[in-house]
Amino acid sequence: MSVGSYSADEMMAVEASRRLADGAVCFVGIGLPSLATNLARRTHAPNCVLVYESGTIGAKPDVLPLSIGDGELAETADAVVPVPEMFAYWLQGGRIDVGFLGAAQIDRHGNLNSTVIGPYDEPVVRLPGGGGAPEIALGVRDVFVLLRQTRRAFVPALDFATSLGDNVRVVVTDLGVLEPVDGELTLVAVHPGADADAARAATGWELRVAEGLHETEPPTVAELAALRGLRTKGEA
Amino acid sequence: MADLVPLGDAIRELVRDGDVVALEGFTHLIPHAAGHELVRQERRDLTLVRMTPDVVYDQLIGMGCARKLVFSWGGNPGVGSLHRLRDAVEHRWPAPLELEEHSHAGMAAAYAAGAANLPFGVLRGYRGGDLPAHTRVRTVACPFTGEELAAVPAVRPDVGIVHAQRADRRGNVQLWGIVGVQKEAVLAARRAIATVEEVVDELEPRPGAVVLPSWVVDAVCVVPGGAHPSYAHGYYDRDNAFYVAWDEISRDRDRFRAWMRRHVLETAGVEEYRASLEAVAAA
Repeated sequence: MSVGSYSADEMMAVEASRRLADGAVCFVGIGLPSLATNLARRTHAPNCVLVYESGTIGAKPDVLPLSIGDGELAETADAVVPVPEMFAYWLQGGRIDVGFLGAAQIDRHGNLNSTVIGPYDEPVVRLPGGGGAPEIALGVRDVFVLLRQTRRAFVPALDFATSLGDNVRVVVTDLGVLEPVDGELTLVAVHPGADADAARAATGWELRVAEGLHETEPPTVAELAALRGLRTKGEA
Repeated sequence: MADLVPLGDAIRELVRDGDVVALEGFTHLIPHAAGHELVRQERRDLTLVRMTPDVVYDQLIGMGCARKLVFSWGGNPGVGSLHRLRDAVEHRWPAPLELEEHSHAGMAAAYAAGAANLPFGVLRGYRGGDLPAHTRVRTVACPFTGEELAAVPAVRPDVGIVHAQRADRRGNVQLWGIVGVQKEAVLAARRAIATVEEVVDELEPRPGAVVLPSWVVDAVCVVPGGAHPSYAHGYYDRDNAFYVAWDEISRDRDRFRAWMRRHVLETAGVEEYRASLEAVAAA
């Protein structure tokens, strides 16, 4: 069935969403991760548990929050816990299956930089910083990274290592999907319209490409409808 | 015992130049009105502690109130950068800003340790990565298993400031919804100020509410709307449009200063602040 046009962000959210098992407990950030997990909850994974670092566990927002601490999350949550408890009992306690991370830079091992471009003490660009990322990266079973693929972002050496790539299982980009193979992120799929050469050209290291590279399924009509039914708070 | 006092008096009496000050509230209940009063009273050389500096610290930093920032995530939530924070770090404008940077888990542990009167918090964190080389974190060995754990120094502010939904007439303070690290910030601090939406005769119980007894708070100030552009659950919503607008307002030094002059320095308190925003919106 033809689905017409869709954006790169929609493709990324749909692909990430498909990888979430029903019942998975997900530590969710704002933006694409929130989109992907809420989409999963409305399609194949209705029992997906959304945990936002503000302390809301089991949030079921009808509209997407702009911040991780919007009131909508607390109103729809199964439980709201203090922030020290969130990080100590729930994240460090090993209760979270999947954590989503974004970054300004990623290296071939899935290590991420969200702290600074340039030297730490003389920054060219001071980024917001790690927030929950350093402990999310080590405390969850599976880390999903959502990041647009460019040479600026996919770099041979990070300016700063904010979080480690040990638990990164998948990187979904606007061009395709990378997974670690023998410790190195390897292109395993491309989205419709992209190819391995485009992915290589957008990667700052010599990108490994899996044998049997496959193409991801474009978003279905149902997925796109569910995705576009999600509106960020404040939007008309 | 908490006194019910005007916010201006509380800031004047309880916050001094050079103090370590924590204004907490994790997205929710951010004590913006108290931040504005620090700007009006021209507090200087503050060490500002906050997990997510947010717009409130962007304003304090841009107005030259801060010497140092202790934090774990310095962005405009859902929007992008905090431009005044960036300008201070990247260009030392209006003054150099020393950073002590942590992760959220580290900051949370440091607050909890402060509240518990312990010298440090302990966690599995800060492993690998480059942050430990740039911040105050050490490792300790578990005395039972030998496991190496991260130790972060306790946060012990001179003053902790929070916003809450309400207090009773004796100064007991109640807050609910996303409760963040407010309890820890108050209990870790030597002095504490709570601004509240309203004063009621009786604090009826609320699910998940935090109650700060009046004897752990030095001043309670009635400041309805005092969290704006953050929100007070059950009273008003987060002003998401303001957070988006702040990106443009704060990007340019002159525009930022003009905004602060118009809406903070030239207003006497939260009522005039709100009126000044409404006047601009209506124009």
